[in-house]
Amino acid sequence: MHIVVLCKQVPDTESRIKLNADGTGFDMEGIKWILNPYDEYAVEEALKIKEAGKAEKVTVMGLGPDRIVEALRTALAMGADAAVHVKTGEDTGDTSSVAKALADAVKAQDAGLVLAGCRAIDDDMFAVPCMVAEYLGVGQAHVVSKLEVDGGKAKAWRDIDGGAKQVIEMALPGVVTATKGLNEPRYASLPGIMKAKRKPVEVVEPAAGGAKAKLVKCSLPAERAAGRVFEGVESVPEVVRLLREEAKVI
Amino acid sequence: MSNVLIVCEVKNAEPKKSTLELLSKGKEIAGALGGSLSAVAIGSGLGGFADKVAPYGAAKVYVADGAAEYSTEGFTKIIADAVAKDGAGVVLFSAGSQGKDLAPRLAARLEAAFATDCVDIGVDGGKVTVKRPVFAGKAFAHIAMEGSPAVVGLRPNSFPVAEPAGGTAETVALPADFGDVKAKVVEVVAGESSRPDLTEAERIVSGGRAMKEAANFKILEELADVIGATVGASRAAVDSGYAPQSRQVGQTGKTVNPVLYMAFGISGAIQHLAGMRTSKVIVAVNKDPEAPIFQKADYGIVADLFEVVPKMTEEFKKLLAEG
Repeated sequence: MHIVVLCKQVPDTESRIKLNADGTGFDMEGIKWILNPYDEYAVEEALKIKEAGKAEKVTVMGLGPDRIVEALRTALAMGADAAVHVKTGEDTGDTSSVAKALADAVKAQDAGLVLAGCRAIDDDMFAVPCMVAEYLGVGQAHVVSKLEVDGGKAKAWRDIDGGAKQVIEMALPGVVTATKGLNEPRYASLPGIMKAKRKPVEVVEPAAGGAKAKLVKCSLPAERAAGRVFEGVESVPEVVRLLREEAKVI
Repeated sequence: MSNVLIVCEVKNAEPKKSTLELLSKGKEIAGALGGSLSAVAIGSGLGGFADKVAPYGAAKVYVADGAAEYSTEGFTKIIADAVAKDGAGVVLFSAGSQGKDLAPRLAARLEAAFATDCVDIGVDGGKVTVKRPVFAGKAFAHIAMEGSPAVVGLRPNSFPVAEPAGGTAETVALPADFGDVKAKVVEVVAGESSRPDLTEAERIVSGGRAMKEAANFKILEELADVIGATVGASRAAVDSGYAPQSRQVGQTGKTVNPVLYMAFGISGAIQHLAGMRTSKVIVAVNKDPEAPIFQKADYGIVADLFEVVPKMTEEFKKLLAEG
């Protein structure tokens, strides 16, 4: 079986986000880019499945401008065999066209299993892998914290509300999205990093499609005004009273 | 003119609160677009369901009665059928765990414009526009839905529920037929808590590393019981094994949007703030007066949480006993 892992490059969680001059986009100057942490779980799971002898090859695939190849190299350094760079410009807020371009690129790979992080920590859409599943016409198990793959079938434990789980049985090929708890992603070893430099990165250019949604403006949230700080446990009755009478939340 | 279709979430044959939020906002959007408001509900025991959503403005309710369990593909098929029958130009979901699974699948099937987890939605020049947090709430993206239909997920607790009015709705029965399904739910494992999920909770009490051990979360549970809250945790508490992953609030956990968020022994790392910054009222309790959480809190108490939590539980009990 061939496993394709969808990977996204995102700003580090510590990043300060600034708007561009006219407020139509974000100023990404000086941002530290990382492999989306949820995609690390997906890469790790693919490598574990391969190490268990249930897959022959792990290909990582990412979409975006040239800078995203660095995130693909991170995944290659963890142990993936090959990478596909779906080359586009910067994201314009149209999730559908991203998913379509990735689905087309996946189709060329004859994948038995597509893994991805359940969400990307930049736009938090939780959407692209599900759209890819639809475009491929296969089943999906979204937000999965336990996975078993065996003989053309997968069993996935999908996290739903309040810690409950749906157990999903799925015929492969299919799409599974990883969340925290699925595994502990490995760190890239030094030899892994060296090897990653020589691993193949195939570049594909997707057909341009019409955007169905468009980012028109960006804004920053209003800073929360600092509130009142009380000293000591003896202030509890006062705070409780304020929560009812002033904040009206109890 | 464009109709708006709401995708209901049904629990024990009743619409969830998030569904009432969708109806309330959906009615406004339908009005602005000069269309009608419809709803689609899938589940079992749904006889009379239309009467439960009609007071919130739904004129027509598509009901697929007889679906025993959830299915991404099955629900997508039925909702796509309802969209076609209704001629809906806007389809609204609640962006909880079900909506996150279903809405993108439907959007891809319909070749629709898509955005989710929106905290605002409006109509500008006949076009639907949405506002959604990005970079974990550090900024907002304003997106114009150029394509039709538009499939939009709304963040729970972002829109008020309108006062129910009179009115009746026409029921249109749809077959509860999932068709050929490749992924099937074979079992549902119950969670450790019967309280609302963090993403939908109106009140949350969260513990951080200062909780010191898993057993100490019991005092937060007691407080949560009194005020009807869901218990959350910081990443530090989860990574230390004090709380399960399903309770983590923050950039790599759940994004929450309650009216009241109480943080006990949480210092307020940027990644935690990212997950709870839209909370209406924030209370922070920490021994360290320099903890960054105090800069975001409406009410802060500098004290030992192990003294504050039981005292607070007692005070809330007294207050609620007064009525």
